[in-house]
Amino acid sequence: MASGKDFNAADYIQHHLTFLTKPVGDGGFWSLNVDSMVTALVLGVLGIGVMWWIVRGATAGVPNRRQAFVELTFEFIDDQVKSIFHHGDRHRFVAPAALTVFVWVLLMNAMDFLPIDFIAGALGLFGIHTWRPVPTADVNTTFALALSVWFLMIWFSISAKGLGGWIHELFCVPFGSHPLLWPANLLFNFIEYVSKPLSHALRLFGNMYAGEIIFLLLWLLAATGIFGTLAAAVLGLGWAIFHILIVVLQAYIFMMLTVVYIAMAHEHH
Amino acid sequence: MSFNLTLIGQAAAFALFIWFTVKFVWPPLLRAIEARQKTIADGLAAAEQGKKSLELSAKQAGEEVAGARHRAADIVAQADKRGAQVIEDAKTSAKAEGAREKAAAKAEIEQEVSRAREKLRDQVAALAVAGAEKILRREVDAKAHADLLDAIKKQL
Repeated sequence: MASGKDFNAADYIQHHLTFLTKPVGDGGFWSLNVDSMVTALVLGVLGIGVMWWIVRGATAGVPNRRQAFVELTFEFIDDQVKSIFHHGDRHRFVAPAALTVFVWVLLMNAMDFLPIDFIAGALGLFGIHTWRPVPTADVNTTFALALSVWFLMIWFSISAKGLGGWIHELFCVPFGSHPLLWPANLLFNFIEYVSKPLSHALRLFGNMYAGEIIFLLLWLLAATGIFGTLAAAVLGLGWAIFHILIVVLQAYIFMMLTVVYIAMAHEHH
Repeated sequence: MSFNLTLIGQAAAFALFIWFTVKFVWPPLLRAIEARQKTIADGLAAAEQGKKSLELSAKQAGEEVAGARHRAADIVAQADKRGAQVIEDAKTSAKAEGAREKAAAKAEIEQEVSRAREKLRDQVAALAVAGAEKILRREVDAKAHADLLDAIKKQL
């Protein structure tokens, strides 16, 4: 898309930041970002499906390379969860959920490495002219994950302490159980409950969105001529290498926060 | 930044993926890893056990050998002692026998000697008397030679 005589920088950016949105029913909220949805589903099925396929034939003897790779991931996640979550059997839910989050978010973040104009060009042949390949650069995705974790947090909080215990904590923690302190406690907890999913979702979204924008700006530079193309290639390589760190780090942070929030929900005060 | 149905769609997908992982991905892997850990732990324990029993049997064997050596030494010492005693006994009895035989021989010899001396004395006396008779037949004076004959007899 970065070619042609009527090339316009604002249009280029605008073009790559437009979701493939299809209305479902009335439009507005009732519409679907097909690109985010399809990419996320494909990557989830791919990542978790491959793990399932490898794990189905898991042997307790000497593992082959595929199994060893999955076990490496398994042990990595399990070690992290073990160090944070001390409230019962982590294998029942928290650890596998953390594995899901890590693998899925990592794959979605990694879509940033694909050259965006190649994807756009290929899909253009099929008549699809807007497609954003990074689902985690869509607030819908990150908030979907963060809010799911938020609901899990409330669910585990209530199931660990009972509804009464949870409401008691809303009013009596962290400042104390004196009735005069209830409003302060409630306000504090309210802010905490709002800020957790916000920071959780926006941290991932912001990082991936910024990564996407910087790639787009570099490709704009590439469109300015032969020197610009060379410079953009070098800078793009540098940014891509740095982005490997960001992609993995953000997936790791998102996974860790998920585990930490769920672990905190189990804590009695 | 606009929220739409994607939010709910992604949440549903997320729930589905978590459910799938919890149900089908995590447990078999966990089972495999735990089974392997158990195998390794068992193997290590068995190795430890083997090492311990090896040490024990080595110690036992050492004790056994030491005991056998001790017993052998005892037997050798006893045999030595017994041999020495047998030799000593033989020596003593041989000595006694020798002394006894020697004493008997000596007594016999002495007896023989005294008998021979007696016989010789008688024969010499007879010889002397015979000699004297021959002399007397020629020289009548037996009286004159009685002293002489006595002296000869006494000298014998």
